[in-house]
Amino acid sequence: MTLTHDMAPAGPSAAPGKLTDLFQLGLDAPICLTWELTYACNLSCVHCLSSSGRRDPRELSTAECMAVIDTLERMQVFYVNIGGGEPTVRPDFWELVDYATAHHVGVKFSTNGVKLDPAAAARLAASDYVDVQISLDGATAAVNDAVRGPGSYATAMRAMQNLRDAGFEGFKLSVVMTRQNIPQLDQFKAIADRFGAQLRLTRLRPSGRGADVWHDLHPLPEQQRLLYDWLVAHGEQVLTGDSFFHLSAYGSALPGLNLCGAGRVVCLIDPVGDVYACPFAIHSEFLAGNVRDAGGFETVWKTSPLFASLRAPDTGGACRSCGFYDSCRGGCMAAKFFTGLPLDGPDPECVQGYGSAALAAVSGATPKPSVDHSHRKVPVTIGRRRPPSKDCDENPLAGFTALRLLRCGAHTSPSHALHLGP
Amino acid sequence: MSTDGFDIDRPWQVDPRVSMRPEPFGALLYHFGTRRLSFLKNQRVLAVVRSLADHPSARAACAAAGVSEAELPVYARALATLADSKMISERTVA
Repeated sequence: MTLTHDMAPAGPSAAPGKLTDLFQLGLDAPICLTWELTYACNLSCVHCLSSSGRRDPRELSTAECMAVIDTLERMQVFYVNIGGGEPTVRPDFWELVDYATAHHVGVKFSTNGVKLDPAAAARLAASDYVDVQISLDGATAAVNDAVRGPGSYATAMRAMQNLRDAGFEGFKLSVVMTRQNIPQLDQFKAIADRFGAQLRLTRLRPSGRGADVWHDLHPLPEQQRLLYDWLVAHGEQVLTGDSFFHLSAYGSALPGLNLCGAGRVVCLIDPVGDVYACPFAIHSEFLAGNVRDAGGFETVWKTSPLFASLRAPDTGGACRSCGFYDSCRGGCMAAKFFTGLPLDGPDPECVQGYGSAALAAVSGATPKPSVDHSHRKVPVTIGRRRPPSKDCDENPLAGFTALRLLRCGAHTSPSHALHLGP
Repeated sequence: MSTDGFDIDRPWQVDPRVSMRPEPFGALLYHFGTRRLSFLKNQRVLAVVRSLADHPSARAACAAAGVSEAELPVYARALATLADSKMISERTVA
């Protein structure tokens, strides 16, 4: 999880050491947190980090959500990053947004745009306390729809036009970087500029359904270098949610805290109230408790043994002897976990190359998500490929598209990234 | 003393769209308009910032919080940083 892209310190320091060192030990309350309001989604993105699709019948009720907001207000959590699933398909979505902002909890929500008609856009433009992230994973329909499903590019473009027409300035265009869309970086920037939006790039994680496509979608080593150089060149104009701190080992640190905030300054509340250390780690290993437990969210945040262990000073493990450890801090916990790597070793995408060596040594099955709400598919006999359609034959992503049809056949969920820097 | 848009002899206040959360090391500030986060690194700068609205000038707020003449430039720089990021804004005196 990433934290904050733009933190400006003010004042003489009374405490020795850096602020990141203080954050490393955790705060009494999160700065912000990710809250997946529903697992229901109109899409079935191949890389959905929460394996969303179907609504969970145990989903928190409106009253339970409001009680969580009351707690967040009391703890002075500045804002929540609402996602899903597609959060706007909850019938009480706008009611909850209004309740949160009325209780001094800011809202940023991720959406594929399906419900952002002109009326919704006008309503959003009128509020100072609500920010919107439109998810788009290709600068062209071909690249986007191969990942997010047919029609999803058009939906996102329409939503952005509506926000633009309503006068909403500076909403976010949120892109998960993949092997297929890294060549489109400049095009994404142009799209964001056209709609008066700010571009936000985040890292593809092998989480949720993302684990199934990670090997085909994650950036190649030379693309990581290209991305790093592009981010350095664009500085603070482009947000990253502190997603790419593993790239800092190329040289100078990227803007942001460059710290994994999981359980320290951020966390995740899922649709059924489960509290996880990180939005990219929906797995029992990272489950700290549930907001329905006695004491609610506050007790989970303050007393969870899991969170206590995440706040303990980390040793760096196998990375400690690496000269770049202070820059990358060993990378992303979730990326390591879901690729079967030890948490105290290198990130699978370590830019110094230690990750690929470690991956080669992984034997046996990698951890599977503990919960899966993917849309049910027509039963397919395992291993029986559908005959490729003409469209597939002509598609530059034909191999990839075929994979998607085999695996999924459906469409998306917004993936947003939190890190210290949502 | 003035640094760009910050004049220590003018009246200041925490911007109304800023939420301020005390922390053991000082405080965290979040601006709902710019959606930026900032932090105050010690208790005294927090005391200064908190009391800005109660004093006729930022200089007076610093003095009331016990900031010495020698320390003043450091605090002025901190306040200028906050002014730059719109965390504090100039108060219009009626």
